[in-house]
Amino acid sequence: MTDVREARAGMKGAESSRAGGKTIRIADAFANGKAFIPFITCGDPDLETTEALVKAAAENGADLIELGIPFSDPTAEGPVIQEANERALKAGTTTDKVFALVARLRETLTIPLVFMTYANVVFSYGTERFLSECVRVGIQGLILPDIPFEEKAEFEPACREKGLELVSLIAPTSEERIGMIAKEAAGFVYCVSSLGVTGVRKEITTDVGAMVKLVKAAKDIPCAIGFGISTPEQARKMAAVSDGAIVGSAIMKLIAAHGRESVPYVAQYVREMKDAVRM
Amino acid sequence: MSKGRFGIHGGQYIPETLMNAVIELEEAYNRYKDDPDFNRELTELLNEYAGRPSRLYYAARMTEDLGGAKIYLKREDLNHTGAHKINNVLGQVLLAKRMGKTRVIAETGAGQHGVATATAAALMGMECVVYMGREDTIRQALNVYRMRLLGAEVRPVDSGTGTLKDAVSETFREWTSRIEDTHYVLGSVMGPHPFPTIVRDFQAVISREIKQQMLEKEGRLPDAVLACVGGGSNAIGAFYHFIEDPQVRLIGCEAAGRGVDTFETAATIATGRLGIFHGMKSYFCQDEYGQIAPVYSISAGLDYPGIGPEHAYLHDIGRAEYVPVTDEEAVNAFEYLSRTEGIIPAIESAHAVAHAMKIAGQMGKDKILVINISGRGDKDCAAIARYRGEDIHD
Repeated sequence: MTDVREARAGMKGAESSRAGGKTIRIADAFANGKAFIPFITCGDPDLETTEALVKAAAENGADLIELGIPFSDPTAEGPVIQEANERALKAGTTTDKVFALVARLRETLTIPLVFMTYANVVFSYGTERFLSECVRVGIQGLILPDIPFEEKAEFEPACREKGLELVSLIAPTSEERIGMIAKEAAGFVYCVSSLGVTGVRKEITTDVGAMVKLVKAAKDIPCAIGFGISTPEQARKMAAVSDGAIVGSAIMKLIAAHGRESVPYVAQYVREMKDAVRM
Repeated sequence: MSKGRFGIHGGQYIPETLMNAVIELEEAYNRYKDDPDFNRELTELLNEYAGRPSRLYYAARMTEDLGGAKIYLKREDLNHTGAHKINNVLGQVLLAKRMGKTRVIAETGAGQHGVATATAAALMGMECVVYMGREDTIRQALNVYRMRLLGAEVRPVDSGTGTLKDAVSETFREWTSRIEDTHYVLGSVMGPHPFPTIVRDFQAVISREIKQQMLEKEGRLPDAVLACVGGGSNAIGAFYHFIEDPQVRLIGCEAAGRGVDTFETAATIATGRLGIFHGMKSYFCQDEYGQIAPVYSISAGLDYPGIGPEHAYLHDIGRAEYVPVTDEEAVNAFEYLSRTEGIIPAIESAHAVAHAMKIAGQMGKDKILVINISGRGDKDCAAIARYRGEDIHD
């Protein structure tokens, strides 16, 4: 497999990465019925466990996986993912080690992968260098919660040039901004279900279905809903009004509780959630 | 390029959830900043309630002792609540009220901004919640009590290093969850646009007064203006109306903690590099992977890993100088000003006093130097006593 990685390292401005000769795209995630998208903070409790977790999630029906590169001050996260970030950094996780992890995963994994991290992680690494590494290891896109529409010029043109997709987010407060954001969106639109930060919620009261309709009216692009989803019932409801459900905190809670032994728990959880959204 | 830029710095690097809130704030600010009624009410509050204009005091004994430049102290410590923070807070809370908000939230480091926000909220009948790092609630226990006395709720922040940066993060998180009735009274010239501009404009009263008072007393402009810099609100306030006068040296004094060659420092210009954090592009203390550094200073108010975007720009173009001042130098200056002039400065402001002590003697007697005494030092007495190995109860 080494030669494949070397070949990828030489790719410049590649459309997207390949595994077994097949081009991987974010769109693949939405070709298998409604998508289930788990989020996993890399390096919590360690990178070996993350590797096993990502493989288990893929084997149990995850259609796309958001890999969190830990950041010291994750301002869009609730306590569960904040603590996951802290544990990952304490365990010595770095951006370079996460790239190496993805390269290992890509030896077998064929579902799309995106990084979810904060602007400074990308910017301080050197945006060009970071994005080139993404292409080399086989990442399809980026989610940066602290980059709104107004600031996307910081990263979006460079992403496009490399064939990576910068995912746009819309929120319950976006209102008249949704059309403007959707028109220029790439990959999929991340619909934030609720006000506030990430974390499990008993109820989602926002009319997310209406948000999705506004996106679709502006552009034919997949919409996945995240923030606050933890139960199969919630995932089913959210997937019913969109193209998929994203779950982070509920998974990171399992990892926090079971540490290195968390793989079977996460595998089972992903299977149940994929069954719930599949229709 | 997005809005609110100072050269390459500034911008609006925040979650989509907050975008309409900052747009609404910008529109409201543009509507009211030149509104005669708004300005009449604000001026009335600044003068009758906060005690402006603050004095520009000639420090004769300090001048004589240092043997060089004539030293003037801009007495922001004499404002109601004991620091410059009230200038910005009265402006923002008045604006929030005009916007129909009924609740204000704020971060605080040393507690001065929290106390000022709690004060304005009490005055204007608004609900107030202040986020303060756990570590700082211990260092500044007196200010925690003052905020509670004023009717505010103080929420200690345990995440990260439990200091100012974590309080800022937590206040942003809270704002994301409750925007409709809540205004975030940001305490410094930082964060996403329009905050760096709004806070600067409300603090610019400091340099407007210095300029006028200096012309009255000396018939000319000063040769240098010194202020301490954390996020940089008192400094930008003291600098702003002198930016157009290139003969006036503008010197920002950063908290070097135990020294800029150690990790226990908060001197951003001296040890940081370009980054994106807390809504802005600017300089930040960070590691090679962009992880924000756990900074340190004896001063809870300067214990912040970044600097406001306008300061970053003034540094880039060479219009202002930024110098590091250690804990030890600041504590010496704290004691020096107390003994020499009978003025106990905030430990934050003592950083500027310390640098003045270094340069005044090298300047000619015909030169004039202004130090912005951004706050009073009562809140720091217990911590300074501890630093000197003496245990007194706060």
